[in-house]
Amino acid sequence: MADLFNYQNSYLVVVIFLGLGILLPIVALSLGRLLRPNNPSEQKRTTYESGIEPFQDARVQFNARYYIFALMFVIFDVETVFLYPWAVAYEQLGLFALIEMLIFVVMLLIGLIYAWKKKVLQWI
Amino acid sequence: MTWIDSLLQSQPSWTNFAIFAGLGVTMLSITLGFVTFAILAERKVMGYMQLRHGPNRVGGRFGLLQSVADILKLLLKEDTRPKQADKTLFVLAPVIAYAPAFLVIAVIPFTEAFKFTDIGVGLLYYIAISGISTIGIVTAGWASNNKYALMGGMRAAAQMISYEIPLVMSVIGIILFTGSLNLVEIVQAQENIAFIFLQPIAFLIFLIAGTAELNRTPFDLPEAESELVAGYHVEYSGFRWAFFMLSEYVYLFALSALITVLFLGGWNAPIPGIGLNEIGLGAVWFTIKFIVIVFLFMWMRITFPRLRADQLMEFGWKVLLPIALANIFLSALIKELFF
Repeated sequence: MADLFNYQNSYLVVVIFLGLGILLPIVALSLGRLLRPNNPSEQKRTTYESGIEPFQDARVQFNARYYIFALMFVIFDVETVFLYPWAVAYEQLGLFALIEMLIFVVMLLIGLIYAWKKKVLQWI
Repeated sequence: MTWIDSLLQSQPSWTNFAIFAGLGVTMLSITLGFVTFAILAERKVMGYMQLRHGPNRVGGRFGLLQSVADILKLLLKEDTRPKQADKTLFVLAPVIAYAPAFLVIAVIPFTEAFKFTDIGVGLLYYIAISGISTIGIVTAGWASNNKYALMGGMRAAAQMISYEIPLVMSVIGIILFTGSLNLVEIVQAQENIAFIFLQPIAFLIFLIAGTAELNRTPFDLPEAESELVAGYHVEYSGFRWAFFMLSEYVYLFALSALITVLFLGGWNAPIPGIGLNEIGLGAVWFTIKFIVIVFLFMWMRITFPRLRADQLMEFGWKVLLPIALANIFLSALIKELFF
């Protein structure tokens, strides 16, 4: 029972921390409203662009490089998802699991080398 | 068994809720106090390293009230919002960036008695939650409808995904040695020897990748002031901007505490076996180690120039990732042979 209570209490703390983390900005910004001046003008509300008149929308199509790096990230992040439980349970699994994990990582490493050779990792 | 352990193992009730809320507010005040004086300390350290004095007017010779004055000034600043910005996201972004920064502190054990939770997946929790802040940064960049801001936001995302992987992989060696993700158990496993001696490579990778996650120099490309003005928070002013700064420094607090816990042995005495743990010196050891790490981060900020975007990405993928992968098997080998 102590373990269950420990679990519940711990996540209760997490919920309280989340609540406080959200409340602080809200409270600070609401109270700040009473203190700060507020007289917006047309000039003030333009977007900053180093002094020139802003032109076009800023939300343009972005370079595909970012997308490719995101794909690489997903591959290796999934790898870590497998590595974590393996590392926790390593004591029980032993040498056999080490060799198996080595094969798994080498397979993904081949993918990394392939991406490297294909110049995916090059950021121009 | 300390009082917090017996509290955590009692039946959840409203009394517990009230006590935890009180502890949470205390921790919130501690982090705010830390941020106030960390900013001052950083400016002072920066000043002395550059042969100048730093703040020395407000609050006596050492400028002790400089940050307090800055915060008050920010409270009185007008809150401008660009007319083309996405209103909801613009308002939401600082909250998304700040809340996880405070949330991660819940799992860090400072001393045996001064901790808030005893979560089995503590380390995983830290890594998972700390990733959310980047969404806040990207949201800020996108919502501002400003070219600099969007570029800063995209850079933050690219940087975070590139350095998250070495960061996550470098700690696997520690998990191998401990057999647990619970941060309390990780500290207890370091009673005889701190993991920095068993995992020096992991420590270096974690420190570098951690700096990148904090968006601090030399990895401060998302807010590189000389090229992107201020990056993702160009359009933010007053207290909304303050919350981005706040989350940055709360992360400095959290990451330094995490490095202390993971690599420097947390509350354990630096020299094992001198029996100084019993008389409640844990907090002192933790504080000393923690301050050393915070100082290291400040030192790095002043010493290194900013990297180029291509150097940053290629260093992450071509250097840190292979080394982190090799380190996992090196640690497994060491464990297999010597433990």
